[in-house]
Amino acid sequence: MLELQHVGFSVPREDGGKSVILEDVSLSVSERFVAITGPNGSGKSTLAKIIAGIVTPTSGKVLFDGEDITALSITERARRGISFAFQQPVRFKGITVKDLISLAAGTNISVAAACAYLSEVGLCAKEYINREVNASLSGGELKRIEIAMINARGTKLSVFDEPEAGIDLWSFNNLIRVFESMHERTKGSILIISHQERILDIADKIIVIADGKVAAQGAKADIMPSLLNAKASCRFSMGEVDAHGKS
Amino acid sequence: MANLDRIQKNLLEQVADLHEMPTGAYSLRVNGKLHGKQSSANIDIVQKTDKPGIDIYIKAGTKNESMHIPVLLAESGIKELVYNDFHIGADCDITIVAGCGIHNSGSAESEHSGIHAFYLDENARVRYVEKHYGEGDGMGKNTMNPTTVVYQKKNSYMEMETTQIKGVDSTNRTTRATLEDGATLIIREKIMTHGEQNAETRFEVDLNGRDCGTHVISRSVARDHSHQHFVSHVNGNNRCSGHTECDAIIMDEATVSAVPEIVAHHPEASLIHEAAIGKIAGEQLVKLMTLGLTEKEAEEQIVSGFLK
Repeated sequence: MLELQHVGFSVPREDGGKSVILEDVSLSVSERFVAITGPNGSGKSTLAKIIAGIVTPTSGKVLFDGEDITALSITERARRGISFAFQQPVRFKGITVKDLISLAAGTNISVAAACAYLSEVGLCAKEYINREVNASLSGGELKRIEIAMINARGTKLSVFDEPEAGIDLWSFNNLIRVFESMHERTKGSILIISHQERILDIADKIIVIADGKVAAQGAKADIMPSLLNAKASCRFSMGEVDAHGKS
Repeated sequence: MANLDRIQKNLLEQVADLHEMPTGAYSLRVNGKLHGKQSSANIDIVQKTDKPGIDIYIKAGTKNESMHIPVLLAESGIKELVYNDFHIGADCDITIVAGCGIHNSGSAESEHSGIHAFYLDENARVRYVEKHYGEGDGMGKNTMNPTTVVYQKKNSYMEMETTQIKGVDSTNRTTRATLEDGATLIIREKIMTHGEQNAETRFEVDLNGRDCGTHVISRSVARDHSHQHFVSHVNGNNRCSGHTECDAIIMDEATVSAVPEIVAHHPEASLIHEAAIGKIAGEQLVKLMTLGLTEKEAEEQIVSGFLK
């Protein structure tokens, strides 16, 4: 479904040189759940933004269902079936939760339908549906609304950048249930950037990014043991629940 | 609604959300003249004899009634200055819908200046809604200069929603208010300017009474080469609370200035001002684009949400 071929991304430095963020990244995503993991600053979020079209790679190609989408805009990719949940959701003055869920669904959905999406992420729908998505909402609330939007879109590929961060009042089990029911509906792939062992544990495939490169990729059973052994150097959080997702 | 043509009916719909004249009290002014008026059992509308305009007397204790006083200018080149005085009895709870629509398809300037004075007796509650709208393909300018003066007695409450979204080339808006003990005034202003338009808006609130308070909230969008100038001046003359907020989005080559002034003349006055001017945040556009909107559609959503 999604394929990255030799993707690189670098930014010019003041001294005339360049900082390499990603180098020769090749990977494919067609499984149900794919997790991208790796230390902070390894380039994972940049990779997610390249998939969504927010960042243009300096080399390589991005293919979606066999089509080269490297030059396509964010909008065109969204319309082809790519959704992206931000690590830090955006606030809007005046735009309500229902407005955003309607925009995500692509149609002016009923209050009942919007409420169903909110209930699924553990928000009491009637308290939220007409709230503005502004600074009055907490980071955790925004994060769950962000997930509800992706659910409302129901696209072939859904990319989540650290969805667990800030949802500590809710729980991992619920988050995982949301991903499972999302897959039931879309039959597509869910790509999750995460540090969390419990999220990695549901992945069919794990891709490890380190220093801007693919350090390893493969089935969970093949990758997890080495990740667990490398926890000291990679600083994975091994706690039962570290809801902040940061180690 | 008899005798209104299609253009006038459209203006009426734009400024007052009315498809026909309401059953309650109203006064309709068209092309510089009083077109029709109707009093109700509790609301008496009397035409002024010394100058253009009306006096509105609302009986004490009137509850859940509304009245409409739209003004329509559909002929190019009309200039008028109208005085409307609202005398609102004690313990009332009413809604007043005003508004001015100009259709100018000629080359002369059309101008409506309305001076609305509100006298709220003790415990009266008023919701005042005014909309200003201009249209027309002529070269003549549409000018509106609304002045609102509010006198609030003990424990009265007034909520004012003032909106100018489209088609007004030049506006100079002034609102002055004086509050006595326990009175509350909430003002919500929404303005969008485009083309070469100019909008000046000024709020002056004197918080004279003990435990009185005000919120003055302005949201505006300036597009193209338009210019907006916002001034708020709140005087805390007693133990009181005052809050003013000016939040503006600038687009294209538009310019906005915000000049807040909060003055405490009393040690227990609590006054806050907030002001923010800036373009639409890039991440807001990106977020909506990831939902499948084009950049232009995303911009429209953000602006219409902001001014909702």
